[in-house]
Amino acid sequence: MSGVRVDWRASLALVGSVLTYLAVPLCFPIAVALYYGDGGLVAFLVTIAVTLLLGFGLGRLDDDPDIGAREGFLMVSATWLAVALVGAIPYLIEAHGIPGVVAATHPESTLGDPANALFESMSGFTTTGATVLGSISFDAHTRAMMMWRQETQWLGGMGIVVLAVAILPKLSVGGAQLMEAEAPGPGLEKFTPKIAETARALWGLYVGLTALEIALLYGLHLLGPALGTPLAPKMTFYNAVAHGLTTMPTGGFSPEARSIEAFSAVVQWVIVPFMIAAGVNFALFWHLVTGDPNHVREDAEFRGYVGLLAVATALVAGFLYTDPGLAGIAGALEPSLRHAAFQVASFVTTTGYATVDFNAWGTPAKYVLLALLFVGGSAGSTGGGIKIVRWLVVLKSVRREFFTTVHPDAVRPVRLAGQVIDESAVRGIQAFTLCYLVLFAVASVLVVANGAAVDGGMSVFEAVSATASTLGNVGPGFGAFGPMNSYLPFPDSTKVLMVGLMWVGRLEVFPVLVLLTRSYWSS
Amino acid sequence: MRVLIVGAGEVGSSIAADLSDSHEVVVVDVDADYVEQLQYDLDVLPVQGDGTESDVLEEAGVADADIVIASTDDDETNLAVCGTAATLADPFTIARVQKTAYLRTWRRTQRAFDVDFMVCTDLLTAQSIVRLIEFPTATDVDPFSSGRVQMAEFEVDPESEIAGQTVQAADRFESLTFAAVVEDGEATIPTGETVLTGGSKVLVIGTPDSVESFAAAVAPSSAAASVDDIVVVGGGQQGLLVAERLEERGFRPRLIEHDETRARDLAEQLPKTTVMAHDATDADFLAAENVGDADVVIACLDSDEKCLLVSLLSKRLGAGRAIASIETPEYVSLFETVGIDVAVNPREVTAEEITRFTRERRAENVAIVEPGEAEVLEVEVDDESVLAGRPIREAVADLPSEVVIGAITRDDTVITPRGDTVVEVGDHVVVFVPTGAQAAIAEKL
Repeated sequence: MSGVRVDWRASLALVGSVLTYLAVPLCFPIAVALYYGDGGLVAFLVTIAVTLLLGFGLGRLDDDPDIGAREGFLMVSATWLAVALVGAIPYLIEAHGIPGVVAATHPESTLGDPANALFESMSGFTTTGATVLGSISFDAHTRAMMMWRQETQWLGGMGIVVLAVAILPKLSVGGAQLMEAEAPGPGLEKFTPKIAETARALWGLYVGLTALEIALLYGLHLLGPALGTPLAPKMTFYNAVAHGLTTMPTGGFSPEARSIEAFSAVVQWVIVPFMIAAGVNFALFWHLVTGDPNHVREDAEFRGYVGLLAVATALVAGFLYTDPGLAGIAGALEPSLRHAAFQVASFVTTTGYATVDFNAWGTPAKYVLLALLFVGGSAGSTGGGIKIVRWLVVLKSVRREFFTTVHPDAVRPVRLAGQVIDESAVRGIQAFTLCYLVLFAVASVLVVANGAAVDGGMSVFEAVSATASTLGNVGPGFGAFGPMNSYLPFPDSTKVLMVGLMWVGRLEVFPVLVLLTRSYWSS
Repeated sequence: MRVLIVGAGEVGSSIAADLSDSHEVVVVDVDADYVEQLQYDLDVLPVQGDGTESDVLEEAGVADADIVIASTDDDETNLAVCGTAATLADPFTIARVQKTAYLRTWRRTQRAFDVDFMVCTDLLTAQSIVRLIEFPTATDVDPFSSGRVQMAEFEVDPESEIAGQTVQAADRFESLTFAAVVEDGEATIPTGETVLTGGSKVLVIGTPDSVESFAAAVAPSSAAASVDDIVVVGGGQQGLLVAERLEERGFRPRLIEHDETRARDLAEQLPKTTVMAHDATDADFLAAENVGDADVVIACLDSDEKCLLVSLLSKRLGAGRAIASIETPEYVSLFETVGIDVAVNPREVTAEEITRFTRERRAENVAIVEPGEAEVLEVEVDDESVLAGRPIREAVADLPSEVVIGAITRDDTVITPRGDTVVEVGDHVVVFVPTGAQAAIAEKL
């Protein structure tokens, strides 16, 4: 092993610890299977056995793992790949069964193809929300499996490593580094002296907001009959939990084939603020809870985020209101505003829910959404994409370039809300943004080329939107890959590429790509 | 009153000179030559020794001193002097500092480091420079009564509307008093018939508004009235403080600092200022950055010669006014004749501020108009004063004839003194006093 300067055993041993703990959330679909009795029990029991076995096995590589900066990148990247692999096992068992042990419950499932199963699992954990399910219904899949699909998003939302730091005492040292590698956005705001407390506070806020949404959604369902008007007839307890689990992580999976279109206007309005909250830096909630609302009001990213939501919503609402092709929406204020606000929030926060098939919209409204695919939520939120704060810094540094072109000797720090941004941070942000866009461009070419070879019917616009959507962890693309369709038409090789894009996108490029450099391993 | 001054440099000896005519002044300095020189120059008691040593302070009579002024060029020494003095006796301590950090700490309790009053040279300099910008044509501006009254000295421009007019004709500004006319360094009290000739200086006392409208009248009609584009040259502490104060007043100044790292530091501290990292004595750079378009150029560089150079370069490029902070007192008037519009001497400003504090028992504020010629005082009227309860017309008979009552403040309002105005106990009067009349004023007001 001469030359390798990374303690990969330590990294993998920690991945093992995380995998053993994955057994706990896997018990939830078991409970669902037992309650509804429509199968899937064995699939999850087997998965628990596999994850424990794998976890303990990897754990034996190093009894006392010591994590440095390099090991941190490997550990975080490997963890996300490992959980996605383990998470795909229930999908495979559902389609194939285990020969000689248990028969397949739904052999017709599209997730029988390993590439599809991995795609669905990675799309879940990375909170992308792009699906390759052929048929989204309880006839085609067990309720347990559909709930697992939702749960993977919830686990991935606030971050598996953040959760690990919160509960594993051995990660208290080096935990900040790990969270830094996983957390969305540049830098990590540590708001308590101990990193484990910060991680616990983040998860606490996350659990609290999720519980609040589930209670509100199910409350609406229960309130309907009491008031004599069906407020949310389809928002059963199952659906309330399922959507609660995928709103706060900006996931976008839904057990309903027509996504949020299946629900009443009231439900759609309730989900909007939760999506918006999910796209906010969770550190701001912490300041709010600890009685410091000024911190929130003065946050440059938050102001930019709210401003962007407002402007984009107004634009889209205007387009919808005046689009004669949209029956029921055109000329009606509430639906225009609702669909605009919902879709804009869904795209900016990278959730990926839809209340309507926006493929039917006019071109201007669609292009606003396409542009939003590249924005992303706030740093420290559960959203994906480039992030508002990075765009703010990039735009301000570009404006500075204009100024220094005229005044070559001017010294202008980049400021956000009066706070000076360190020059090295500005460079990092510029490099990230460029890297992200290059990655998008290269991947788009590959997807388009691959699509043309296999299926001539795919338009460039569709392929490009799907690439941006997976890299940004949004979910739906346009056209054949719209919110009411799936990513099934892509060839397997493209799906595997997209698994990579989702993985790289969720971990924000560098932690994964640095593993591909020679200097990471040897110098 | 017994005043103990530690440090016989420019600040210390200047204070000593101002105070020695009416107080017992003891000056302590480590430098034997300074001490010896002082013995012949001023009527003070010089003591040679280190002012931070208790033996030396005791020898200088700290036990009987009412005020101890620490005015050496070293901040820590000055603080130690005050601390030592406060340990040995109970005098009122005044310290001069350079670092604003000490001033910020002191302001929290007004008692930190055993200092009763602290003055920061660079801050005072910055404040007086900024006041000069607010009154583009003034050569000196001093605030009284918490800023409700201002004393300002203007040079009458030969092309201005009031040049050649008599005081009576020019006196159409409400709540403004003409206190003195200075010609060739000699102050005279104007009468209604005095003619305001171009090139002479007039001293007015009044509300800030009235001073402002007078400022417009005294300026040449062609000059642009408002100052907008300001360039600060030199990013030391003085330059930083000037830029900070300008930002507070809503200006967006430009600041030129040659050191890249310092420039970056300044840019971070000054969000509304455009900081440039370049050598300001580079004429091409000044031309490229259109420094000639500036209304005011303020030079705060370490070296007086560079300040002069930058000022002259920018003036030649077309800059409106050049103000410079000049360390060497001998250069001040010389540079002003060569082309700098106003040269501010930080040590003189500091000495003036300390003198203000030490001066007459009841005087709260002093501005030295022409060194050795006259000064402007603010006095609170008590029941023993000759002014109390009488119309000014009657009271002036008991005062030396050269004294001018410039303004009266009563309960936050400014009253313009006229012959029939009755001064009440508790009023603050701002008076113009020629040097010879100081003793009489101290006694009668």
